[in-house]
Amino acid sequence: MKRRDVKAYFWSGNEACVEAAINVGCRFFAGYPITPATEIAENMSARLPLVGGIFMQMEDELASIGAIMGASWGGKKAMTATSGPGFSLMQETIGWGFMTETPCVIVDVQRAGPGTGQATKCGQGDVMQARWGTHGDYTAISLCPNSVHEIFDLTIRAFNLAEKYRTPVTLLTDEIIAHLREQVFIPPPESIEIINRKKPKAGDQAFFGSEEVAPMPSVGEGFNVAVTASTHDEYGVRFTADPLVHRRMVEKINNKIKKNADDIVETESYNLDDCKVGIVAYGATSRAIYEAVEEAAKKGVKVGYVRLKTLWPFAEKAVQRLAKTADKIIVPEMNLGQVVNEVKRVACTTEVIPLNKIGGGELITPEEILAKIVGGS
Amino acid sequence: MTEVFSSRKYLRDLKYPFCPGCGLFSLSDAFIRAVHELGYEDLSKFVFCSGIGCSSWIPSPYFFADSVHTLHGRSIPVATSIKLVRPDLSVVVFGGDGDIVGIGLNHFIQAARRNTDILVIMGNNMIYGMTGGQVAPTTPFKTKTATSPYGSVEHPLDSAKLAAVAGAAYSARWTTAHLHDLKESIKKALQLQGFRFIEVVSHCPTAYGRRAGFKDIAELLKSFKENAVSVQQAEKMREAELEGKIVVGEIVERKRPTLVENVYAMLKEVQKNAQ
Repeated sequence: MKRRDVKAYFWSGNEACVEAAINVGCRFFAGYPITPATEIAENMSARLPLVGGIFMQMEDELASIGAIMGASWGGKKAMTATSGPGFSLMQETIGWGFMTETPCVIVDVQRAGPGTGQATKCGQGDVMQARWGTHGDYTAISLCPNSVHEIFDLTIRAFNLAEKYRTPVTLLTDEIIAHLREQVFIPPPESIEIINRKKPKAGDQAFFGSEEVAPMPSVGEGFNVAVTASTHDEYGVRFTADPLVHRRMVEKINNKIKKNADDIVETESYNLDDCKVGIVAYGATSRAIYEAVEEAAKKGVKVGYVRLKTLWPFAEKAVQRLAKTADKIIVPEMNLGQVVNEVKRVACTTEVIPLNKIGGGELITPEEILAKIVGGS
Repeated sequence: MTEVFSSRKYLRDLKYPFCPGCGLFSLSDAFIRAVHELGYEDLSKFVFCSGIGCSSWIPSPYFFADSVHTLHGRSIPVATSIKLVRPDLSVVVFGGDGDIVGIGLNHFIQAARRNTDILVIMGNNMIYGMTGGQVAPTTPFKTKTATSPYGSVEHPLDSAKLAAVAGAAYSARWTTAHLHDLKESIKKALQLQGFRFIEVVSHCPTAYGRRAGFKDIAELLKSFKENAVSVQQAEKMREAELEGKIVVGEIVERKRPTLVENVYAMLKEVQKNAQ
């Protein structure tokens, strides 16, 4: 690619998210105003009509998530954007999406909670909600960018994974990178990889519960598809009491994600096999680790890290490698300790040290991370 | 020679799960007959959305058609977006009173306000039937249910009137004792545009009749007939006189620009100006 083919923009994270969604073919957006995600809805309302897409401001988050599910079954790539409180309201329908295998993208621009919390300030308290927010057994996919440019890239990836695996995908950003402005270099549209859902052939009847990902018809295509989030068989027929059908279908819906974890999990790793101290970080917080690693090196401490670009499924292999080499692993988070427990589960006997900060949107600083690197726990 | 009507070709080869004597058999039959009489050979021009509850099982998966069985109360937002992205299809929502005007009431009002181009058919059995007969927003005053053992202390919602006030293009109410009128009303609604609502007061012998003190289905149906008051009659009656009555007929029919018309007109305008 030549330099002149690449266009440079000065975007906020929320703007980058909208432009990426338009680029990847999102043609339906439904949302409800909420700080700090509102700019996504505002920009979508301006941008979508220009490309023939439909924007709907719905009456609440329950309606917004319902509408994107409907649009997806109508054959469109669809997205909604919200923050913690709205994300909580959407959880039931996100579970509907897992069970019906409906591709869609939910952007959660995290703010400080619980409750109304600090609506304009950054937090990272929704990471476990993204994994376990709805009831029942499912395997969630969540992506976690740490820069404006990465919001662009991972928004595209979120749609591609949603379409490839026929599942809701959460893009977990946060107030800091959503409102931050950075330069974004956009490649020409034809060089952006776009994945579209597998469509059925004439005569196909089985549209659900395949580990190979079943083809997805749209309504109005003549397939007489019966969509339900009640336990159903491959043909969409409800079986609300049969233990075998429930086991088979729910396990397959989980396995289609679990067995493809290597394809889904993306990390940025450094010094995994040659470090004394490890860091596992994600989102806005992970922007502080680079300086901490440099400063530690000056002091003669080798630090390695795993930055989780895919938060869920969890990057078990990379974190295991880090745990084998490092004597201790530091997990900085803008919550009171969520992903740290996942790291502990994977790291086994390696010491895992939480580094937590909440309130006022104050970032964890490189100095605070450095203090944990050189100091004790 | 009279043509023998069969609903079979519109249905999947599955057995409805409703209790013996359920009013929803009549409602399903009235809809299928309406579709048949309008000349549809199959349901390929339709998409059905429903929520959770007995009425929501009418189309899903029993109609041989595309059906989207959503969560409790959320059928209308799903139907809204399906209609917006596929305006060529006729989108019909089936739901019960708890689904449409209980947990999903906000969506119902907003869809009427937007004049969203969908037909909502609400089987109103005046109770939460699937969960075993708890008081609903539609339960008549003083009725005994599983969660109002001393009689309901709340007054029921007039859903059809609410739809009319909120902006529906068409709103009507019938009962399962008015099947011919119901069928004709469905035929009419299917040919209109915008938000159309038909409330069908439906007999539920198992969860409602048993608790509310009705001996059998015949008694329930008889009470529907005896308490039915036409819209025209009701206009001359005082509010106190209407207590416990079921107002049947067409509450509103009006032409307003619909959501689909407005959205696509805006899209056209925006794209023209952008060129």
